[in-house]
Amino acid sequence: MKTFALITVLLLGGLLFYGTPDFPDWGDPASPASLHVSPYYIEHAVEDTAVPNIVTAVLADYRGYDTMFETAVIFSAGIACLFLLRVYRRKSARTRLYRHNLTGVTLRIAKGGKLPEGSAEFERIDSVWVPYDMIIKVTSRLIVPFVQLFALYVIAHGHHSPGGGFQGGVIFGAAIILYALSNDLRRAFRRLSEKAALLASAAGVLIYVGTGLLCLLLGGNFLDYSMLAEMLHTDAIMARSHGILIVEIGVGLAVMAVMVSLYYNLSSAGRHDEGL
Amino acid sequence: MIWPVDLIIMVLVMICGIGAIMVRDLLGAAILFGAYSFMMCLLWAIMGAVDVAFTEASVGAGVSAVFFVAAVFRTSRRTKD
Amino acid sequence: MESLLSNFLAKYNYWVYIGLVMIGMYAMIAKRNLVKKIIGMNIVQTAVILFYVSIGAKKGKTIPIIAHGHEETGHHAAQAIDYISPLPHVLMLTAIVVSVATLGVALALAIKIYRQYGTLEEDEIALRINEP
Repeated sequence: MKTFALITVLLLGGLLFYGTPDFPDWGDPASPASLHVSPYYIEHAVEDTAVPNIVTAVLADYRGYDTMFETAVIFSAGIACLFLLRVYRRKSARTRLYRHNLTGVTLRIAKGGKLPEGSAEFERIDSVWVPYDMIIKVTSRLIVPFVQLFALYVIAHGHHSPGGGFQGGVIFGAAIILYALSNDLRRAFRRLSEKAALLASAAGVLIYVGTGLLCLLLGGNFLDYSMLAEMLHTDAIMARSHGILIVEIGVGLAVMAVMVSLYYNLSSAGRHDEGL
Repeated sequence: MIWPVDLIIMVLVMICGIGAIMVRDLLGAAILFGAYSFMMCLLWAIMGAVDVAFTEASVGAGVSAVFFVAAVFRTSRRTKD
Repeated sequence: MESLLSNFLAKYNYWVYIGLVMIGMYAMIAKRNLVKKIIGMNIVQTAVILFYVSIGAKKGKTIPIIAHGHEETGHHAAQAIDYISPLPHVLMLTAIVVSVATLGVALALAIKIYRQYGTLEEDEIALRINEP
């Protein structure tokens, strides 16, 4: 198997090596990739959409249809992971472990029994239990709000600087994953439940498609944001800028929810009772 | 004089990529993959693709590594090759 | 000889991309562990993204964000030659996020296989499929 793999890989490398001299030199301004459509985008992005970051303008406006289905791909990946891994079983079927906060004693409750969840003295812990660490919990509790704020900034400021819906959504999801990592999975569920995550991912795709359909209903083409000018009380160019922001919010919501949902399913192997 | 930095990072990318598939411990492989993603993100930032580099820094080096660690935690750390 | 060497050095990004595709392909074919195969798949994805970013790069030019000031007169007509081509960046930005989605599904399949067969090694899985 190893020699077969080596021969195949060397053959592939040789073919790619053979084709490479036809490519333009690295950093060549006259490379064919930068001669065809991208000059139009660079020269007209600001006057068409009032967005200085050309990547955002192309992503959400000129090629908005493309991005819409990318969002749909991410949504369906979240759903596929849910269908593959999720197992539903009665919660009381497993033994539970509780820790007495004042003394540090661990109680093991046999199948079926349970202590009240909201008790101040007893706290439910995972079966693969790591010692209680105050430093990690407090530090990440301090950091999480700022990470979330930064994610919102990245989404909102994507018109003028690197950033946008995808990056902001992933950072927001990473903040919630950080909370779930530093505390336990049940505490993260109390903040953002599985159901809320799935609804948010669907809502993100719906915002994107809904914006496109709204433009269609107002008499323009699908995802032609200049039709929203009447509704937003601006001119056609600023309407395209605002339309990009609406769409980016939808993308961010979908990506954030899918990342969190993927983490929930992967870290608990679909059982959703105890995680990493 | 930007290109020596470029070359150093390319060498680091190759080393991290080879290390990620050669190491005999899946947790180590996951962490090396995160390092590989971060080096790749630096390379793209040097080439001027700031949006791509930002996405890779948050996705590849952040969330992907966490997913790998979660999957290794739920399966096994042992590997034969 | 001199021109061959300069030609070789002028395309050094492409050599790195070819090397990374070879590493990833080798991991996908030869490694028996499923997580290693998934890592190889991700390396191939990033190598292809590196290729796309390389063909759009322009030496000595600025990033594709048009210079703008706070006042309204800050905007001026942009020349396409001054900015790096944004089109490959747009295509690859979405490709990265899709790659993390495929990574999630691939890891979910690996966990499912582990739950069924108790191992991640390909040869042991093949033995356990033939067993009963």
